[in-house]
Amino acid sequence: MLALTPLLVPLATALLCVLTQARPRWQLRVSAAGALTLLLCALALLQQVQHAGVVSVVGGNWPLPFGVEFAADRLSAVMVLVAALMVNVAVLWQWSDADAAPSAPALQPLLHGLVTGAGAAFVTADLFNLYVWFEVALICSLGLLAQGGALRQLDATLKYFALNVFGTVLLLAAVGLLYAATGHLNFSALGEAMAKLDAAVALPLIGVLLLAFLIKAAAFPFFAWLPASYHTLPAPVLALFAALLTKIGVYALIRMLSDVLHPAPQLLYDALGWIAVVSMVTGVLGAAYHWDMRRILAFHSISQIGYILLAIALASRAGDAAAIFFTVHHSLVKAGLFLVVALVFRYTGHYDLRCIGGLYAARPGLGAVFLLLALALVGIPPFSGFWGKYLIVREAMAQGEYLWAAGALLVGVITLYSMMKIWLEAFWKPHPDSAWRPPAAARVTAAWLGVGALVLLTLWMGLYPDAMIRYVTDASTALRGGTP
Amino acid sequence: MTPRALIAEVFVRFLYGTLLLASLWVLLRGHNAPGGGFIGGLLAVTASAAYALTFDAARALRRIPLGPVRLSAFGVLLALLSGLPALLQGLPFLTHLWITLPLGFSELALSTVMLFDLGVYLCVWGALGGYSLALVQSVEGAP
Repeated sequence: MLALTPLLVPLATALLCVLTQARPRWQLRVSAAGALTLLLCALALLQQVQHAGVVSVVGGNWPLPFGVEFAADRLSAVMVLVAALMVNVAVLWQWSDADAAPSAPALQPLLHGLVTGAGAAFVTADLFNLYVWFEVALICSLGLLAQGGALRQLDATLKYFALNVFGTVLLLAAVGLLYAATGHLNFSALGEAMAKLDAAVALPLIGVLLLAFLIKAAAFPFFAWLPASYHTLPAPVLALFAALLTKIGVYALIRMLSDVLHPAPQLLYDALGWIAVVSMVTGVLGAAYHWDMRRILAFHSISQIGYILLAIALASRAGDAAAIFFTVHHSLVKAGLFLVVALVFRYTGHYDLRCIGGLYAARPGLGAVFLLLALALVGIPPFSGFWGKYLIVREAMAQGEYLWAAGALLVGVITLYSMMKIWLEAFWKPHPDSAWRPPAAARVTAAWLGVGALVLLTLWMGLYPDAMIRYVTDASTALRGGTP
Repeated sequence: MTPRALIAEVFVRFLYGTLLLASLWVLLRGHNAPGGGFIGGLLAVTASAAYALTFDAARALRRIPLGPVRLSAFGVLLALLSGLPALLQGLPFLTHLWITLPLGFSELALSTVMLFDLGVYLCVWGALGGYSLALVQSVEGAP
């Protein structure tokens, strides 16, 4: 039953939030209670998978492989935990006034709807069901993007919709083709059937499936939807998007390439590796060009997704472990950075770097937190990003992929440049308007609590990486059918 | 204001209730014969749509219990709750249970499937009903 909670708890919360729409204060409380419940369930799930390995349940007690199975292993559990943590931060943030989402009746239901899609996608063990949860997440994210209904928001929604619906249709086509070729949708049955399939048939089928997931993960050259839409979102929704949306695609890629369809044809891993390198480079170059802090960070997401894809493309246990570690690290750090930037916006009134400055003198604490998260993103020791990149580069070197490893290191330098750009412009240089003072009456306690939690987790992953590395190594061992 | 169509108004008053009754019948027969929550819900939507086209969308909206958004949420919640009794018996979520109540002259079969189907029915009526009435509303003022 615990395996179903990532689906049931946010779904029930979303529904209760709809039913309490007429009373916004109650709705927010229901939303917070639901988010906390999900966090507790996620922790319990994590505890359970560490003992049992896999927790599974088949809906309706139908026999396998016909029933829709939900199975949570270590990979699922840690992804669910990240989702649960982020929805708590996003809900908590609404008690602050730092670019919090304007209260709208559909906001809370859509937030929890998005988490339902993500959480259920992390635990399902059925390919068609996975498609359904992608669709749920897509619809809820469209609703969140369109909240407010201003022209620039609708413009972002349309761009987001056009590319993502293409990905969704491609995914549906791939699911249909795989079902036609094997007659199975359940992950383990599908995996067994695929192993017997001729490689010439399997290659295009898996190729279409991966293409769909790459669009969802915002990899090169399909990332256009991400920087076109992220910067129109209010801070808490943006943090949730940054931590979850692309990660569903990344999760699906890990699940397919390293677990269900493993070993896929080598050609696909090679192609993925080059896509990863090009994503890393284009993302970081796009970031170097922009002045809006949210756009800079959005482009960095593409670059960082490249690192994760590179780790998956290495197609080994160590590679998968690095991919999972980096995914968790990136969700925490990127969401944290978007939230810090929202605090900058609260103090200065601008996201544009050219209009702001002098924050280090006015708010040194914020400067320190930004620096910490930025260095974690770049991968400076002893922060979490260092271990993520170290694991990836070490494995790439061990496999003799020196070009990929060099790409990863070079991109790190450019990442440092664009983080320093934010640091110098927003914090270090004096404010262009010498009469500017930060607003005294900012209601930001709740916001700081959220950022603080993310910073502490990042620090923990950086200073005491043993526990996390052991966990992701166990997770990757279990993915390939081993017993950790 | 469009001119009133008296014959349609009289007829739709009668048709509205009949269509809702028919939708309930389709919902209940659905377990063993063609029909069920989804089709029943669609029939209920046609009742709302006929009412909106004859009178206006606002009056048709008032006749949807709880209002369309909350009705559909309540429907999904009902479907979700129908999976819970199985847990009390140690069975997986959504394992459906049946009981038969003897009534003397006949017997009544009750099941959690019925609850699930009712949830689907309400969800479809609320979601598609609200959607189609919003469409009607958007063209009402137009020439």
